[in-house]
Formats: sequence, structure tokens, C-alpha cells
Amino acid sequence: MQKLLLLGDEAIALAAVDAGLSGMYAYPGTPSTEIMEFIQASPEAAERGIHREWSSNEKTALEAALGMSYTGKRAMAAMKHVGLNVAADTFINSAITGVNGGLVVVAADDPSMHSSQNEQDSRFYGKFAFVPVFEPSDQQQAYDMVFDAFELSEKCKLPVLFRITTRLAHSRSPISRKAAQPEKKMKMPDEPRQFVLLPAIARKRYRILLSAYESLKYDNRISKYNTFRDGSNRKLGIITCGIAYNYLMENFPDGGPDLPVLRITAYPFPADIIRDITGRCEEILILEEGYPLVEEALRGLLDNNLKILGRLDGTVPRDGELNPSIVARALGLLLAPQLAVPEIVKARPPSFCKGCGHSDTFNAIIEALRSFGMEGVFSDIGCYTLAALPPYSFINSCVDMGASVTMAVGAADAGLFPSVAVIGDSTFTHSGMTGLLDAVVKNSPVTIIISDNSTTGMTGGQKSQATGRLEMICAGIGVGPEHIRVIVPLRKNHDDNVRVMKEEFSYRGVSVIISSRECIQTASRRKRSTTEK
Amino acid sequence: MHSDRIKEKTINNRKMKNDIILSGVGGQGILSIAAVIGLAAVENNLFLKQSEVHGMSQRGGDVQSHLRLSGKPIASDLIPSGKADLIISMEPMESLRYLPWLSKTGWLVTSSNPFINIPDYPPLEAVLNEIKKIRNHLILDADAMAKEAGSLKAGNMVILGAASRFIDLPFLSIENGVRKLFIRKGDDIAEINIRALRAGRRIN
Ligand code: SF4
Repeated sequence: MQKLLLLGDEAIALAAVDAGLSGMYAYPGTPSTEIMEFIQASPEAAERGIHREWSSNEKTALEAALGMSYTGKRAMAAMKHVGLNVAADTFINSAITGVNGGLVVVAADDPSMHSSQNEQDSRFYGKFAFVPVFEPSDQQQAYDMVFDAFELSEKCKLPVLFRITTRLAHSRSPISRKAAQPEKKMKMPDEPRQFVLLPAIARKRYRILLSAYESLKYDNRISKYNTFRDGSNRKLGIITCGIAYNYLMENFPDGGPDLPVLRITAYPFPADIIRDITGRCEEILILEEGYPLVEEALRGLLDNNLKILGRLDGTVPRDGELNPSIVARALGLLLAPQLAVPEIVKARPPSFCKGCGHSDTFNAIIEALRSFGMEGVFSDIGCYTLAALPPYSFINSCVDMGASVTMAVGAADAGLFPSVAVIGDSTFTHSGMTGLLDAVVKNSPVTIIISDNSTTGMTGGQKSQATGRLEMICAGIGVGPEHIRVIVPLRKNHDDNVRVMKEEFSYRGVSVIISSRECIQTASRRKRSTTEK
Repeated sequence: MHSDRIKEKTINNRKMKNDIILSGVGGQGILSIAAVIGLAAVENNLFLKQSEVHGMSQRGGDVQSHLRLSGKPIASDLIPSGKADLIISMEPMESLRYLPWLSKTGWLVTSSNPFINIPDYPPLEAVLNEIKKIRNHLILDADAMAKEAGSLKAGNMVILGAASRFIDLPFLSIENGVRKLFIRKGDDIAEINIRALRAGRRIN
């Protein structure tokens, strides 16, 4: 069969389909978005009726996936690393309930923060929750591992965390497929109270979890992914995690270094092999993409006389993504000569697409708010965050999904007036609605501007749960109907929009302005697809 | 340009290695260039890794893609600095951003058409002068050539055509790749893109 050229994300999605997946659950987030998108576009998924709708946020996604697992079917939830924070409550507790049908949770980390607000390392969540973690180092391995992840999940009755990073998620490579497996039949859990975490049951389940975690070390589905290759030079031993292995091998094109190398791609990591390699080498270099998880475990609190090189002693930079040159430097290898970037090259930050509705919304906000002597709004995560950059420079916060609303509420509590939040439609239904309820209940003097582009724009235009529902939602939460204002952000409406904003900014209670115009990228894609059909 | 370079190459599979940086501004179509080369590479049974930039910077920011072709398995998704054989750029200033990756013997192929969406874009002359300091460079007016081929949007295929002589793939495979990629948009679109590709290839 001819190989398929797939992104790491797509390889994982295809593997899930081939491994008999029944439900895919996700909220868009770079670099994880393409997993769901691939399944949505897959003819096989359509034919089999695999569930593949976006969820409102990562927590609802993971809970729904857990519900599908409850029925004995295989489910996958996919999210970016910070999305796992949103789903963390479910994630940690799903380890204690355990699963029934296989449950694989993909967390796509973004070291170097290409498109994120931090570079947290999801492997810590695996350890925190006591669940197995897979960390593939290439696309084919990612494909193959998904099968083992589902099997392991069913065998040890635990969710499996599948950790990838940007480079794997967004890099293409030819993939060969395995034979497809049928979906699982519906079969409720043998133990009817498994998912009931009342304290008395939870205590029992927790002990079951601890012993299941212990026995993972002996599971072949973990151990086969942690391989050791000896070398005759014992001065230095190398431990690589996940994709770091590739950067090591890149520096030794003729089959790898003549040094002992332990390649870790599944956790809990193999303590016995680590003891073995540290016993035979004078020094150990640890290469991991992300935080120094293995390195910290090895260093411990007391020095054990072994020389450990890694991110903590500066051999490898403490933050940021790895690459072949960083690894070469850590090994003291000679680097190829490099040309410098000429000084005339200027930074080219991202900006709004020409004609984007967010820019008209911000033009109005800036004029209206300046008349109150204010410079800036609380904002949120989406294309509109680009208004933090010139020529707007009018955003004072961007923290996490939904934080604009609640930070505006807190600042209003402190006496800031007017206190204004700007949030996108999809971010609002992700995590802004509960904050709005807080505001309504105590009648905070805040104005929430929902910059509604009727899509999830930043991640490439996925369906927004909010589309067509915003007014209803705000009214349902209890915002007074006369303070739910709908405007259309177009240049010709500028003066009217400024007037509406000034009115609501002056109001000492909760008001919502829905500034609604479809993302021009989504709109033109929609037009194109209707004319092609 | 020597005519023997333009002659069809036969691929010595085991020895073949092309490390290519694609650059431009979000929305300029560098991923389509990558997709065409990818299709051609698969047709020739080569190993391939292609790392893309998705997300935030696609909104008019600088974007790049590392594309690696080889007759042997490829380890890293990223090209080590100083080792790229080729920079293919849709935008002159962007072509310079990735010079630290270009090897001493590598080629830089770029459009001469600036994409100005920042207030401090340097004078075009200065940008082109910096490019001309690179030993192996090829600058072409992709916009004009694309327009002549039938659509301004085909500028990326003009650039690919010009760069194709430095890629160890049969030109026919690249043409097949263009056809495969664009045929779903209609025969006429596919034809325009092939015309653009050929126009780029003919440039001296
Ligand atoms: S993708 Fe849509 S919402 Fe985002 S900047 Fe472009 S037009 Fe605006």
C-alpha cells in the first residue's frame, strides 16, 4: 500500500479510526486541532458514524469521552497542553474511576510557545494522575502507539495520556497503516459503582489505582517503547525522551553515537534501565523536550556522585524547544558555520486579516473608552488578542480562556469603572459564561464585549458553539434585555457603535455588547465551497 | 545557468538528500509548495519530513516550513542550522530571516515582490542587496510571471518552478504533484499552476 503523507496529529487521528474508535472529543487548540479535523474529514469515520463534533471546552470533551468509555467503547479526547488544565479535574478523577472502554487523552504541548501562553509539560499530569504516558518520537511511532495505548487502557483500566509536542504534531511524514479493527460492542462496567467517587468508594479506587500504576512497569506495552542500546564509550551515557531522540540521531548520520543510549517513549520510565546505564557511565546527559522531568527524578535531593548534565546545569537551555544544533552543542560537537540574519530584517508579528471585524470592533472600543480616560481592556484568547500589538495596543490582559470576564469583575469589585472585557464568541461559550453569571448575580458594573466572528478563528475556523445563540445565552444567564446590545462592526457603523459602547460603559450594572460579523476567512471559505458544489 | 543542470536528473536514491527551508508571510501559499514537493517525493519513494507552522503566525506573520527529502530515513523534523541546501521564499525580506540555516553552498531562490504589512519594512533595494551578497541566489518577479500564466495566485508555483532545478526530483514528478494538488479546484486552475511552474523553471 502506498504510504500516506500525514502530520503527526493526522497520524494519531488515523490510528484512532483504525483502532476502532467510536468517539472523538476535542476543543480546537494549536497544535492539537488537526486531530479532530482529520476525523471530521475522514470518509471512514463518516461511514461508521464515529462521533466527531467539537465540544464547548476541553473539560466537556474529556467528560463526554469518559462517558463513551463507560459504555465499553473506545474514545479519544484531544487538546492543547493548557486545555488539559481546563480538563484537569476530569483527568485526575478519571484515573481514580478508571475506564471501561479504552480512553486515550492526547495533550499537545507547545515548547517555545509558538502559539501558546506557556510551555507546560503534560508529562507531569501523567505522573500526577498516576496514568501511563506515551511520548512518541516520530509520526509512524505515534500511529503505532495509539493501538497499544487503547489496548493498555483497557487492560489496566486506566486512561492513557498521549503527549506530543508542536514539532511532531505539525510535521508530515509518510505513514504505513495497519489493519483496521472493528469498534467495541457496548458493554457496561462489570463493577457498577466504579464511577461513583463517594469517599468510601474513592478510597478503594485510589488504592486500586496505586497498585495498577506500580504494575505498569512490568507491562510489555510500556517496556517495549523504552529501548536501550549500548556503546563502547562509557564516558557518557545519554537518555532521550520522545522527539529528543531524533535530534540526537541527526548528529550521527551513520547509525548513532558509540555511547550507551536509553530512548524513553513511555512512562512510568524504566528505573531499572536507568540504574543500569548510570552504573556503567561516568556522566549522563539527559535530553528531554519540555521540563526536566526525568532529570529531576535522577538528581533527587541528594547528590549521588554521578555527573548529570541537562537543563538544570545549563548543558541544555533551561527553557524552549530542542533542536539538532542545541543537542550538538550539548555534546560538544562542531557546528556547521552559520550566516547571520542581516540587521535590516524586521520582525513581522501576526496581525488581523484585512477587513477583519475585530479591527472595527477595536476601533470603536478605543474611541469610546478613551472618552472615559481609559487605556485598555481585559481581553482573552483568540485572534482579537492581536489588538495587544500596534497600532491598537489596547489590551491589558490575556491569561486563560474566559479570564477577561472574571478579571473585569474583580477589577470592578475594586472600584475600576468602566471595567470592560473583550472576549470572542467561542471563548465565551468555552469559559466565559460562568464568569458572566458571577457578574449578574452581584450586579457588577462591567461591560462584556463579545467580539463575535461566528467561528473559532485563530485555530483556522472551526465551528463555534456560540453561533446564533449568544443573545439567548446572555438573556438566560440574566443580563437585562435592554443591556444586551447587538452591533455590526463595519466602518460605516463606527459612530453608532461608539455611541452604543459609551452608553453601556456608563451603565452601573452588567451589560453585554455583541459585536457580530463573520470572520472573513471563514466567510470566503464558505462561499468557495458553496460555489464549487 | 548551465543547461546540464536543467536536464532531468536521475535519482540516486541512497545518496539523495535535500534540506529545504520554505519561507514567506502567512497566506502566501508556502504550504502548497511543500505539498507539491511532498507528493513528488512520495512518487519517488523518498523519505520525507516536513515541519509546518500553524496557528497564530498564519495571521500575516512570518511563516516557515522545514522540508527534508532523503533516500535514507530522516531523524530530525528540523534542519540543523547551516545545513539547508535551499531556501525557497515567497518574499524577499523573509528569505533573509532564515540565512542561519543556509549552508555555504546552498541556493536562495526568492520572489522580488515585497509583502509590506509592517510600518518599518526596509527599503526594497537594501533587501535585494543583502540577497545579492549570498553566493548562490536567484531573484525573480513571481507576481508578473504568475499574472502572465493566468493568475496572481500562482506566484508560489513560479517560485517552485525556479527552485525545482536545485531539487533532486524529476521535473515531471513535480508537475504531477501540481496537477494532483490543484485538480480538485478544477482543470483550468491546475493548468494555470502548471504554466506558472514551467515559467519559473525556464528562468535563467
Ligand atoms: S482569521 Fe478571521 S477573525 Fe482571525 S484575524 Fe482573520 S478575519 Fe479576523
